[in-house]
Amino acid sequence: MLSAYKKIFLILVLLVALLFSSSNAYAMHIMEGFLPLKWCLVWAIITLPFIIFGLLSLNKTVKNHPETKMLLGLAGAFTFVLSALKIPSVTGSCSHPTGVGLGAILFGPTAMSVLGLIVLIFQALLLAHGGITTLGANTFSMAVVGPFVAYGIYKLGQRLNSPLWLSVFLAAALGDLLTYVVTALQLALAFPAEIGGFTASFAKFTGIFAVTQIPLAISEGLLTIIIFNLLTIYNKQELQELAIISPKDISRKGAKI
Amino acid sequence: MRRKNIILFIIVIMLVIIPLWVKGNAEFSGADGQAKVVITQMQPDYKPWFSSLWKPPSGEIESLLFALQAAIGAGFIGYFLGCFKSKKETKP
Repeated sequence: MLSAYKKIFLILVLLVALLFSSSNAYAMHIMEGFLPLKWCLVWAIITLPFIIFGLLSLNKTVKNHPETKMLLGLAGAFTFVLSALKIPSVTGSCSHPTGVGLGAILFGPTAMSVLGLIVLIFQALLLAHGGITTLGANTFSMAVVGPFVAYGIYKLGQRLNSPLWLSVFLAAALGDLLTYVVTALQLALAFPAEIGGFTASFAKFTGIFAVTQIPLAISEGLLTIIIFNLLTIYNKQELQELAIISPKDISRKGAKI
Repeated sequence: MRRKNIILFIIVIMLVIIPLWVKGNAEFSGADGQAKVVITQMQPDYKPWFSSLWKPPSGEIESLLFALQAAIGAGFIGYFLGCFKSKKETKP
């Protein structure tokens, strides 16, 4: 097993070397006031149904499985920690992971839309990070697209019988990465380049957002595996209750990870 | 399991350290200021139409609040894992 991790490590080193030459960039949520009113409204309206479904879904989960409340708290806490950590990236700038993958796997994507929204409101009001006007757009990228990608990939991995750790890693990492691709998309739609229009703009924004995010997405994937490992040891019952892992995934000492 | 988790954690730490080492003289700003530059490049006459209701008065206060956010989350995660670890271990 160790050699598999060594291989992964080598791939990571190669990736880092690849990104070496990228130029200076930034990557975060869309800042307050930096999205025209029209787009603020569009994204807010698109996001709203996900929040409503999320509240209903959370309600149902808590009612049907009251013993999973603590686990729900953990999913929220995980997002809270990860989105507070601004981590240096190989592009020479900083960004932060989103941490929504774990909760999406555990409680489904719309539940994370609600938790993600709470984190974003906290950061917009207290940290001047993101914004109230851009809340809809940021919630859509981080708390709708991210969790849906993570959830979809996890389910796909399960269907294809991929090892649990791989499904968890890809779900969390790609959910994180796609969040920032969507941020780039949102900015490109609002600010098409004068020459080249949307495509040129999207290429530029993707270059700065997504590239910075790659090593962070890998970190998030790895951290999610760590937490998931621990959950499969100590919270086997809850995981089975939520039908996240099947008995075949579990050996005596925890999950086959 | 524990050993695997430790290895994973070391990889995460290296992923954080490597950029600092490779890009030794970069700014690592993550600055919102740079965002403005890119947007103004795309549309020179765009003016931000809203500004934050409240801004942390200084970079120090801002990191205080970010640290607080991480601490609250990490505190809960620690509590959670401790709870369930002891529950499992004290089970007859």
